[in-house]
Amino acid sequence: MVLALGLLMSPPVSADDAFSAAVKSLNTRSFAEKSSAATLIAGMTHPRAGVVLEAMLTGNLYTKRRSDIVVIASALDQGGYRLVDAISGEALGDVGRRGAKKISVNNGLRKQLRGLIAGRQLNHADFQDRIEAVEAIVVSGDIQLRPLLVSRRQLEQEVAVLEALDNALVIFDLDVGNGAVRLAAIQASANNLHPTVRTKLTNIASDQSLDPEIRGAANQALLELEALANQYQIVETFFFGLSLGSILVLAAIGLSITFGVMGVINMAHGELIMIGAYITYVVQILFPDIIEYSLLIAVPAAFCVSGIVGIMIERSVIQFLYGRPLETLLATFGVSLILQQAVRSLFSPLNRAVLTPEWMSGSLEIAQGLSITYNRLYIFFFALLVFAALLLILQRTRLGLEVRAVTQNRSMAKAMGIRSARVDIMTFGLGAGIAGVAGVALSQLTNVGPNLGQGYIVDSFMVVVFGGVGNLWGTLVAGLSLGVVNKFIEPVAGAVVAKILVLIFIILFIQKRPRGLFPQKGRAVED
Amino acid sequence: MYNYITKLFLVAAMIASISEARAAETIKVGVLHSLSGTMAISETTLKDTILMMVDKQNAAGGLLGKQLEAVVVDPASNWPLFAEKARELLAKEKVDVMFGCWTSVSRKSVLPVVEELNGLLFYPVQYEGEESSKNVFYTGAAPNQQAIPAVDYLMNDIGAQRWVLAGTDYVYPRTTNKILEAYLKAKGVKEEDIMISYTPFGHSDWQSIVSDIQKFGTAGKKTAVVSTINGDANVPFYKELGNQGISAEDIPVIAFSVGEEELSGIDTGPLVGHLAAWNYFMSVDAEVNDDFIDGWLEFIDDDDRVSNDPMEAHYIGFKMWVEAVKKAGTTDSDAVQQAIIGVAVPNLSGGIATMMPNHHITKPVLIGEIQSDGQFDIVWETSGSVPGDAWSDFLPGSKDITADWQAPLACGNYNVKTGQCSGQNYE
Repeated sequence: MVLALGLLMSPPVSADDAFSAAVKSLNTRSFAEKSSAATLIAGMTHPRAGVVLEAMLTGNLYTKRRSDIVVIASALDQGGYRLVDAISGEALGDVGRRGAKKISVNNGLRKQLRGLIAGRQLNHADFQDRIEAVEAIVVSGDIQLRPLLVSRRQLEQEVAVLEALDNALVIFDLDVGNGAVRLAAIQASANNLHPTVRTKLTNIASDQSLDPEIRGAANQALLELEALANQYQIVETFFFGLSLGSILVLAAIGLSITFGVMGVINMAHGELIMIGAYITYVVQILFPDIIEYSLLIAVPAAFCVSGIVGIMIERSVIQFLYGRPLETLLATFGVSLILQQAVRSLFSPLNRAVLTPEWMSGSLEIAQGLSITYNRLYIFFFALLVFAALLLILQRTRLGLEVRAVTQNRSMAKAMGIRSARVDIMTFGLGAGIAGVAGVALSQLTNVGPNLGQGYIVDSFMVVVFGGVGNLWGTLVAGLSLGVVNKFIEPVAGAVVAKILVLIFIILFIQKRPRGLFPQKGRAVED
Repeated sequence: MYNYITKLFLVAAMIASISEARAAETIKVGVLHSLSGTMAISETTLKDTILMMVDKQNAAGGLLGKQLEAVVVDPASNWPLFAEKARELLAKEKVDVMFGCWTSVSRKSVLPVVEELNGLLFYPVQYEGEESSKNVFYTGAAPNQQAIPAVDYLMNDIGAQRWVLAGTDYVYPRTTNKILEAYLKAKGVKEEDIMISYTPFGHSDWQSIVSDIQKFGTAGKKTAVVSTINGDANVPFYKELGNQGISAEDIPVIAFSVGEEELSGIDTGPLVGHLAAWNYFMSVDAEVNDDFIDGWLEFIDDDDRVSNDPMEAHYIGFKMWVEAVKKAGTTDSDAVQQAIIGVAVPNLSGGIATMMPNHHITKPVLIGEIQSDGQFDIVWETSGSVPGDAWSDFLPGSKDITADWQAPLACGNYNVKTGQCSGQNYE
């Protein structure tokens, strides 16, 4: 009786002991030992097993200084860490920066941990979680997790998860033996563009020790995959081109107004873009809790700030230099240097970290092997939206009418009672504001730093000149087509040569048609 | 009365002359780092590092009984201006030593000036090698102290068999990739398993290249990317990798120009697990490093600042110069050049750095993985220190060349085959 009781009592105690021993053995320099300890923990039902594995994956597992106590640490705002005992979960207080030492994790271990955690998540209530878990197991390639998939396969009800499970099992079967199962798996993979599949098929095809029949099937499947991938690649390249083009359009469209419509060569245009990008940063600093919506706030804010800066530039420098393009060029170049140094002094010469909202990360999978990154997709539509809005302003509003009038014939417009100086201010402000909006979009793609603007000024002028000075449609078509041409040349010739070829093409084109794609017609051209 | 006034004047004059003499008796340390322009982002920190070292040395009683005085100039990221400012420091300010330069082109621009005026320059950044000047001390890594061990790690520990060498289009990536390509081929990697791609400075549209890398990486062998992409262009590159779903676990990227300072300006989420090879990381577990970081944070009065590899190089360079001056008993350039060879000082990772006769130093090589907090986890390190090799053994042109500034050779580019010293011609 006592013995039986003792037997009943002892297993939980020893399970606890085993768990704490396993956690303690994570504290080693050898990644192989960490890996086997992690596998051990993943197999345990201890309530803190999942927590420890998660902490290890996210890099929050530490040891307390001068002890072998394994702790979970969270960084404090004022420096240092808050420690929690990894095994018992009890709080151990705060320590300074030097008070805890990290248990380091490398890529191989991280991959394994992801698989192990996924193995524990296969029974989650939410079917999306289950699909993600299956995918994580596939990526980890850990053959020991296969039985988990098989047992889940028998319980699973949800169709989407079943499909994911079947796919996963097929991928695991690609490595099994020499027989019919493997052959079937190979044939089933012929239209599966999962990178793991391709890697495995290539390995099978080049493995001389295998059956010729299996190698032949793998070669056949690879050929089919290749053909499919090539088709997708053309679509992909075209999209890449449109995306690059939309960025060119965004950067150039503000310039198209100030340079094209007003004839002002504004070398500080790039810095107005930079200001827009910094506004995004400031918005994220001011409202750290609503990063998801920060861009929506940043767009109008950047429009206003860049617009105001633009108006200040116009009032303080450009208004005295109308009709003197060379002086304008030099003066605005000076302004651009001042703005850059101002940002350097105000923020820091270092780049600033602008966060990407969740909804702009990752990619939209159109078909397996063909996906389009969300940030590029949104920016493409955003560029079209800005273009449409600008067109609407110029065609349908009083300001637009006045701008067009002043552009076509300044003295006649003045004679008709249009205050041309006011129109100049508003136009310049509008162009500058649009540059700021472009900056918000660019903050999601490139570094936000004092040099951001320099990278876009030449490209912007290129697009405006190519499209035809003073023509918004020209800017749109020029930007998009330059983007697409660039992206189709790039895989063949490399990024550097592609850029050079595009420039040469534009030079030749301008020789032939000096007024660009869509030349302005009418009397204004003659002056 | 008249006498009294004369005496007073005399005393005043004497006091003035003494204090003037004292001022003249400082040892001048020139700092030649860009504080404005594109390179300010990296170089300002190095200026502050030297100022801190000077402060510490003064607090510890100065050097040879004199105080140190830092002379800071701003070459403004403008390469020809580097030469002018170096001349100003050496000829006008009469500095005893200079710490400076970041890019190779700025160093090349300063080189003729320090050689002509027989100055001393400590250069703290990893570079492409193929140089050894009598007047320059290279405290950053030569290719065999960064690139080659990194490739060894990927090959032996990660099992990489296919290689993408991606770089910005200028001298450092071109030379490094040439060395790496020769090295990989010597290790039996086939031509079709190496993909080389160059991009312009500040490249931000990585879509096609990342898509190419992904395609290249699904050919059945483990693929790794060796990146010599310069500073700023890295962030969009990593972002694109993340967005296209390529994780460090599939295709790891090892970078030679991404350090703590560069990571402090970006959202490191998509970068976790990618690698960097350096000779120092802020996360190095050593008492001396913790002390250095505490001192640095206190000096700069900002707890969010980080330390990085070129800072450690300046730390080592400064200590070596101090030791050499003590050993020589003078700050005279020729004497220090003689004395510094063989000088050994502690580095920040708990080891010892020694100045070699080729004016390069010994360094451990560390491989770190980027963490979400912008720090690196060290996953691998060489068992001992690696001596820097000025002339790569993997380039046909420099295989037979060696540098040794000790008598009797005293030559930066001695050809062991022909027995010739070709003078100061580095091309």
